[in-house]
Amino acid sequence: MGYVVKQEKNVIAVAEASRVAANDSGAGMAAAARRRKLAWTPARAGVYAFLVVAALFFLLPLYVMLVTSVKPMEEIRLGTLFALPVNLTLEPWVQAWRSACTGLECEGIRGGFWNSVAIVVPSTILSIAIGAVNGYALSFWRPRGAGVLFAILMMGAFIPVQVMVYPLVRVLAAVDLFSSLPGIVLIHTIFGMPVMTLLFRSYYAALPMELFKAARIDGGGFWRIFLQLMLPMSTPVIVVAVIMQVTGIWNDFLLGLVFAGSEHLPMTVQLNNIINTTTGERLYNVNMAATILTSIVPLALYFISGRWFVRGIASGAVKG
Amino acid sequence: MTAAFVKKRQSVSVAAYIALIPMALTVLLAYLGTMLWTARVSVSSSRTFPNSDFVGASQYIRLFNNERWLLSLQNVAVYGVLFIAACLVIGFLLAVFIDQKVMAEGALRTIFLYPYAMSFVATGLIWQWILNPELGIQEVLRKLGFTQAKFDWIVDQDMAIYTIVIATVWQASGLVMALMLSGLRGIDEELWKAARIDGIPRWRVYVSIVLPMLGPSVSTAFVLLFVMVVKVFDSVVAMTQGGPGTASEVPAKFIMDYLFGRANIGLASAASIVLLATVLAIVAPLYYVRSRRADKGM
Repeated sequence: MGYVVKQEKNVIAVAEASRVAANDSGAGMAAAARRRKLAWTPARAGVYAFLVVAALFFLLPLYVMLVTSVKPMEEIRLGTLFALPVNLTLEPWVQAWRSACTGLECEGIRGGFWNSVAIVVPSTILSIAIGAVNGYALSFWRPRGAGVLFAILMMGAFIPVQVMVYPLVRVLAAVDLFSSLPGIVLIHTIFGMPVMTLLFRSYYAALPMELFKAARIDGGGFWRIFLQLMLPMSTPVIVVAVIMQVTGIWNDFLLGLVFAGSEHLPMTVQLNNIINTTTGERLYNVNMAATILTSIVPLALYFISGRWFVRGIASGAVKG
Repeated sequence: MTAAFVKKRQSVSVAAYIALIPMALTVLLAYLGTMLWTARVSVSSSRTFPNSDFVGASQYIRLFNNERWLLSLQNVAVYGVLFIAACLVIGFLLAVFIDQKVMAEGALRTIFLYPYAMSFVATGLIWQWILNPELGIQEVLRKLGFTQAKFDWIVDQDMAIYTIVIATVWQASGLVMALMLSGLRGIDEELWKAARIDGIPRWRVYVSIVLPMLGPSVSTAFVLLFVMVVKVFDSVVAMTQGGPGTASEVPAKFIMDYLFGRANIGLASAASIVLLATVLAIVAPLYYVRSRRADKGM
């Protein structure tokens, strides 16, 4: 059990630190004030030179992806990868959304988009609900044997998916859930359980035990204390959990490929089909438009949520 | 203690047990059960369907005589060393440079971390486009006048695996930066004052004092990156499909191919047990060391 406890402390420490790193509050302003007093030296110039070059390297693929997606094919064939478009066109985006071929069908990536939405929404809700209940039961009720289960669950986070995939296919097929929407939702719930449980357990463990004891004395039962006391206090951790799960499940490829079945293939799988399995001339502009469309949801979530995203990374750090 | 209280307590703890049924089922069936099942199949002669015979270690022997498996092990070793080293070095440098009280810190952090929000598939596809020899960087260099420029790693048998390193380092080094930066922000300002009084150069403080202090952040980052290495699949499928030929084959993809494409689940199970053993062999000691430190109160 020792390592689990320690692991959890790390998570809290890292999460705490990331809060500091990602702050944009009063302390940040004070630091900014100090910052301005620094003299401009060659060493400072070197620091900025490094950071600017690094930033360009990180932005380059995004830039290439964007300009490629709005160029007509004639311009792309010129081999001017970094040039801005001369005749800007949105046609590739329309094509990617509506008529690109994902194998035999040519209906664009919109089907994949809605499949991903249909997978992400219930999977996120279910995995967070179970993670919250687990965390709550483990922090406050501590039933016998739960500690051991939790320790195994944490180790489970490191098991390569390949070890589990085939038996899970057999089990799901036996209960008629293989290649179905409920099947893939169940799979995401199972694979999300270690991190979600850890996240909520750490959060509830940091709450004062007296709070729980007072609720018990007032006659609160397991579910009542959870629903009326703990859940309303859990907004911050739920936000982090939603960001982590939506990003993770949206970006999943392997599980969707194996378990979703051809009717429910998520957007990532369809994107790969559009680009890697179509024959004939490769429409790079359409491909890049489809890639952007597939990345829009997690990227938007990232740009909007900012420091919450960083917090999610820190708490997911034990699993990855 | 009154009888009523005892009764109440029992009924409540039943609710707690019931609430944990999903977790218990997941642990017993999805984690332990599948692991045992796979271990069992790996010592049988199963091909398309699982057999219940016992053939000892012969699947493992066949596995380690399989050229493609050996190649994928070699690839993942090369990939893993380069990927982890590059991510740690770049991530650490980015964090240290950002920590120099620079302007636009928030914007820089956002730029370095955004690739991590994208899927491995998207990452692989973008880099496949940038690195393609017909219209990508190679062509740009030639247009610029370097007519002999050669940068066709993605279609070169010996170099393809390095293109996957480039793409995934681009994606994951921001993560290391975020972890390291939070470590750096946890370091006491007094340290810098003391170092300045003693006249120690800043870089020296970073290498000799700060880096060792970041131990926990480094080991967290290492575990995360290591898990990514073992799992590397999506980016390979998206970028090179394991090719050219089998040049960029990796174990995770080998297993998936033998499970679902080549219907040889005995061999694939043996391979995934090898993968599991490798993960445990690397991750378990790290956590053991950590828990030992925790016990000593460090």
